[in-house]
Amino acid sequence: MAAKEFDIPKLPTYIEIPELNPGVMKGEGPFKSSDEFQNPLGFPGEKVDNWKEVAIDKMGELKSKYRSVQVFLDSCVKCGACTDKCHYFLGSSDPKNMPVARQDLFRSVYRRYFTFAGKHFPKLVGAKELDDEMVDDWYNYFHQCSQCRRCSVFCPYGIDTAEISMAAREVLDTIGLGQKYCNQILGKALTVGNNLGLPEPALKDTLIDLEEEVEEDFGAPVKYPLDAKGSEILLITPSADFFAEPHIDGLIGYGKVFYQDGVTWTLSSYASEGANFGMFIGSYDVMRKAALRIRKAALDLEVSRVMVGECGHAWRVAYSFWNTLSGVGAGAQSTDEYASKLQDQLDHRYPQPQHIIEYTYDLIQRDKLNFDKTENDDRTVTFHDSCNVARATNMGGIEGGQFILPREVIKAVCNNYVDMERSTIKESTFCCGGGGGLLTDDLMEIRVKGAMPRMQALKQVEENNGVDTLAAICAICKSQFTKVLPKFDFDPYMIVSVHQLVSAAIILDKPQATHSSPDGQTEADAAEIADEAETE
Amino acid sequence: MSTISIIFTALFYISLFIFIVGMGRKIYQFSTTPAPLKIPTAPTPLTQTGVVFRMIREVTLFESLFRSNKWIWLFGFLFHFGLLLVLVRHLRYFIPGDLPEIFLLMQPFKYAAFAMIIGLGGLLARRIFVSRIRYISAPSDYLMLLMLIVIGVSGVIMTFTDNHTDVMAVKAFASGLVIFDWANLPTEIHFLVHLLLVFVLLAIFPISKLLHVPGVFFSPTRNQVDNARKKRHISPWALQQEKEHAVKLEQTLGKD
Repeated sequence: MAAKEFDIPKLPTYIEIPELNPGVMKGEGPFKSSDEFQNPLGFPGEKVDNWKEVAIDKMGELKSKYRSVQVFLDSCVKCGACTDKCHYFLGSSDPKNMPVARQDLFRSVYRRYFTFAGKHFPKLVGAKELDDEMVDDWYNYFHQCSQCRRCSVFCPYGIDTAEISMAAREVLDTIGLGQKYCNQILGKALTVGNNLGLPEPALKDTLIDLEEEVEEDFGAPVKYPLDAKGSEILLITPSADFFAEPHIDGLIGYGKVFYQDGVTWTLSSYASEGANFGMFIGSYDVMRKAALRIRKAALDLEVSRVMVGECGHAWRVAYSFWNTLSGVGAGAQSTDEYASKLQDQLDHRYPQPQHIIEYTYDLIQRDKLNFDKTENDDRTVTFHDSCNVARATNMGGIEGGQFILPREVIKAVCNNYVDMERSTIKESTFCCGGGGGLLTDDLMEIRVKGAMPRMQALKQVEENNGVDTLAAICAICKSQFTKVLPKFDFDPYMIVSVHQLVSAAIILDKPQATHSSPDGQTEADAAEIADEAETE
Repeated sequence: MSTISIIFTALFYISLFIFIVGMGRKIYQFSTTPAPLKIPTAPTPLTQTGVVFRMIREVTLFESLFRSNKWIWLFGFLFHFGLLLVLVRHLRYFIPGDLPEIFLLMQPFKYAAFAMIIGLGGLLARRIFVSRIRYISAPSDYLMLLMLIVIGVSGVIMTFTDNHTDVMAVKAFASGLVIFDWANLPTEIHFLVHLLLVFVLLAIFPISKLLHVPGVFFSPTRNQVDNARKKRHISPWALQQEKEHAVKLEQTLGKD
């Protein structure tokens, strides 16, 4: 497809709420999927004949399976609080990108087919038929939502457009209108084990090359083990970490932290993907299938800890959903054989699963790592809170830990740190513009426009504080920023992994005796770990 | 009893019946629909107590709305708080016989009607003049506000102007509805309009956006504890699926 010409939004000093430009982002949406990618996920490859009936049935099913969908469809009062909260609206000015209007594409159909008022007085309550035009709008505008949940923070009832957009995408998949990008990737993740379709031999080669490179550059035999049975830690990280820039520098950093801690760890070739696009398409079943690979890898490799690398939605799935989907977590009842089988194997002195940031932070707290912070003195760093981490997870078991821990890790390795404007970070963070299954070239226009609010806040700290480095803990954010930063006249290389900063500053001396070897574990260590586990 | 009194008496019970049955069904639906995944939105409490306080702040102070938009918060808060005070004051009509002394203290609550009307007016003005909100408004959204405004204004007219209605008769009628000792009602137009619209409001409660009242308590993003790692959370349908899946796996693979 020839790239569509579009204007790059200007970066104002203050974000202004745009005048409405109805239809400005109307379009055909992202490339559609086909049999090849749809069928393995259990979806038809093209729009089925009785699509309308199937869609309505599916809506009925979803609202009976998800309280969120039912309650959110009924509760909106159209107060307008969310109308200026979506980065895609702020960047594109299309009113259908206002969260409530996006939801209303779905809600108006719900009203028409499922509510008394909508059945009998459709005009009065804004109920609409499910027709071709409506389905086209669904496909287009529900793929202009990155499911970042910023609107949900500001809604007086917590109505979460992500839930509606996931439901709508599931209905679309069910009638044969799937998105190629997500579903093709899911096919690879569910067969090969990762989104890139990188098979075991290729992954192995990559990691061996990486080990050589790291030893050459840093002079320490840092290992990047694959399928090492009996390791303490299984690391599940987005496959982008294996080769994309700047992701790989983060992976190098994880390895160095593990090396310094002296812990045994491994990656899995079977579950070589942290990302779980099943969430983006809203399918519990597909999401669960992807999560089960991690369960299997953890059982097969007999690890006692499962850890997650820098990936936003992966951390949401891991933190919030794994325990539900696959039992990776704690607190299963004794009658719950399925979850207990795995949970009995895991070491509950640590949170399960644990984020790599939690791990590094914990080591820093316990003085296990030494840094030369001057290595990062050429940088003035700011941190981009990735939406899924910020709004849907926690770290460290303290309130707001997901905001505190990454910043503390950065401050431990960098001397110059500045936050962006308060209303654009933490729980109010602006999405990078590429999340939720939108990280594909056929959606470049909305990606660039949606990045505007984040770019605006970045511009301010660049001008006022000399920020030249944007650190993130999400593979999608990193890839998205690499693409969109230059469009707004930033240096594309200013985006880094947090563990890239750690990697630059960490001093690799000989691994100290650590708790991985039973003899080396001091009582103080054990007590500290136990404390950690309790506070968590 | 006069015909009009019979009609209004009947309308009261009909609308109340619709309200109770409709809300009962809706609340039953909300409470029995499973929430299969943990989806609380930040800033998330990590304990059940934290969730209770969050919910209390949300329904008494409209915390999220305050964070979101100060104008909508101001008008919304004036309206809801005004309405609450006015409703409490209306209890006097429904309690048969002499009132407990505490009702004397509620006398000033009548001024809350102005807060309510100002709030509603502000919300209506925003709906009309702010293009974003106009864009998302259906006719019912305007009508709902208009209806509440008419209810408020008709009440104010009866309370604060010379168009007083016979409050003793109102009390006899209203408390009669409660103790099934039906009486004639005053027939001034202000009163009839006031009453009729309240009945309409009751009846449409379970089929309109007024469902936000029970909805907020069932909103998973607000009422869930953020403890997904510590406690396994699984819905009945997912558990069923998991069991069937495990059986299938055992048949095909021999083990998990």
